[in-house]
Amino acid sequence: MSKRLFVKGNEAAAMGAIEAGCRYYFGYPITPQSDIPEYLSRELPKLNGEFIQAESEVAAINMLLGASACGVRAMTSSSSPGISLKQEGISYMAGAELPGVIINISRSGPGLGGIDASQSDYFQSVKGGGHGGYRIAVLAPNSVQEMYDLTMHAFDLADQYRTPVMVLGDSVIGQMKEALVPNPRPNRELPAKGWAVRGKSGGEQRIVKSLFLGDGELEAHNWRLHAKYKQMMDVECLSEEFETADAKLLVTAYGSVARIAHTAVAMAREEGLKVGLFRPITLCPFPEKALKAAGERAGRILDIELNTGQMVEDVRLAVGSNVEVSFYGRPPGAGSLPSPEELLDQIRKHYA
Amino acid sequence: MQQVFARPESLKDVQTHFCPGCQHGTVHRLVAEALDQFGVQQKTIGVASVGCSVFLYGYFDIDVVEAPHGRAPAVATGVKRARPDSFVFTYQGDGDLAAIGTAEIIHAANRGEDITVIFVNNTTYGMTGGQMAPTTLVGQKTSTSPYGRNKAKDGAPIRMAEVLAQLGGVAYSARVAVDSPKHVLEAKKVIKRAFQFQAEGKGFSFVEVLSSCPTNWGMNPLAANKRIGDEMIPYFPLGVFKNEEQ
Repeated sequence: MSKRLFVKGNEAAAMGAIEAGCRYYFGYPITPQSDIPEYLSRELPKLNGEFIQAESEVAAINMLLGASACGVRAMTSSSSPGISLKQEGISYMAGAELPGVIINISRSGPGLGGIDASQSDYFQSVKGGGHGGYRIAVLAPNSVQEMYDLTMHAFDLADQYRTPVMVLGDSVIGQMKEALVPNPRPNRELPAKGWAVRGKSGGEQRIVKSLFLGDGELEAHNWRLHAKYKQMMDVECLSEEFETADAKLLVTAYGSVARIAHTAVAMAREEGLKVGLFRPITLCPFPEKALKAAGERAGRILDIELNTGQMVEDVRLAVGSNVEVSFYGRPPGAGSLPSPEELLDQIRKHYA
Repeated sequence: MQQVFARPESLKDVQTHFCPGCQHGTVHRLVAEALDQFGVQQKTIGVASVGCSVFLYGYFDIDVVEAPHGRAPAVATGVKRARPDSFVFTYQGDGDLAAIGTAEIIHAANRGEDITVIFVNNTTYGMTGGQMAPTTLVGQKTSTSPYGRNKAKDGAPIRMAEVLAQLGGVAYSARVAVDSPKHVLEAKKVIKRAFQFQAEGKGFSFVEVLSSCPTNWGMNPLAANKRIGDEMIPYFPLGVFKNEEQ
């Protein structure tokens, strides 16, 4: 049996990054993700890596852009207000087709808001976030183990599709401690980085840029980026289902609140209610085919989020008008995390 | 017959898009000559900024990363840390470096990143049509200071070479001009000196180049060139402000 560690979600993400071969990290302190830079400031120098505490979130994402342009695996992390500042760089990276991993241990908003667990950055994360019309892959772990595994997966997706990839957690996922099995890095075959700058070295000039002024160039570039998104939609969707086979009510939830929903669904089953849980793991690409199938089997969906209703729009788009979709949300703030009993009440209310 | 003048290897054989009388071409050439002299063309990664200099990759025959507006020193930091054996320079204008990118230049310099920054100061935003820059001289009329820069409201022009000279990580900081053959020859020496620091791994080097923007100054190239000596150099003195020989 492989070893088990007892670590925080944030530490697990940092460990996953190192196992994935990331040796370059650029970040800025912000609660509740600071365990990540703290861990990497300690560990990366031992591995001949580079850790920089940048002067700003903006500088950090641009350092990531520069390192990534050289073809190395690199990462930054932050939390909601910091991620807003990084959107400029994320847009440029998407435009220049640069891989890179961004961990967002989101907090509550808008504005300075608070530091409580929140899912209020769903729209910002999955609909592009910055200017210019693009999508990045977004992964939503719901455990310490997934913080580790999905961070490694994020690097593979980034390199496969030449895109920034976000791992979206919150203070529950980032700050809690759980058992972690530090699995070895997945053995995915990835394309060579022939585009990376390295100094001409006797070869052709390489240019990493997002400016396209030639007639028709930018339109073609946009369609190329869109084709990558469609390809991810075809083959990279991840989701988890619990008790959905005979469910008459399907609960949809992701990340931290999916854990509470899972408990509530198990309690409902004990009462004899045929309830299932559908948990998207990739928020972008959104697992709409799997959700449509599960939703149509059940005929009714209750979407639960820690906000006033964001993913529910994608749920409705996925299942269409034949499935009734209700929403229960607890916007973030101290004391706003729902209990399993509270969600069980909602399940009872929406069941048949 | 002996050849005494040729296009540097590090420059492509193409025409530039620069306006008549613009001195970016001169500065490009000086930088390319320095790259050739150190024999680093094949391991150079240039970082282009936003402004008239964005098309760096079109003129230099080197690998190039394009940075968002003002972020070139942060991008160059990531490049140099990832590839410490490469030769890295940024090429930035005054709006890019001294306004929107102030945090990035100050902190890359203060960390002593082993890169070279070429800073072209023409006292205006050229690409966007001649707006007021942080380097616009007091009284200078631009499209956003139609009554002339007002020191009381807009502040005084920033002397970046002197500002950066105060920082511990800076090995070399100098200001040159390209308004006369004598000054161009001096600029050539200073740019090579700056690159020498990087070639020897001695830390951050910075060269501010005073140049003209005839189009946005509303002057013919000769008058614009003369303005450098008449108005800019008195406020932005030429010289070396930091020189940390080891």
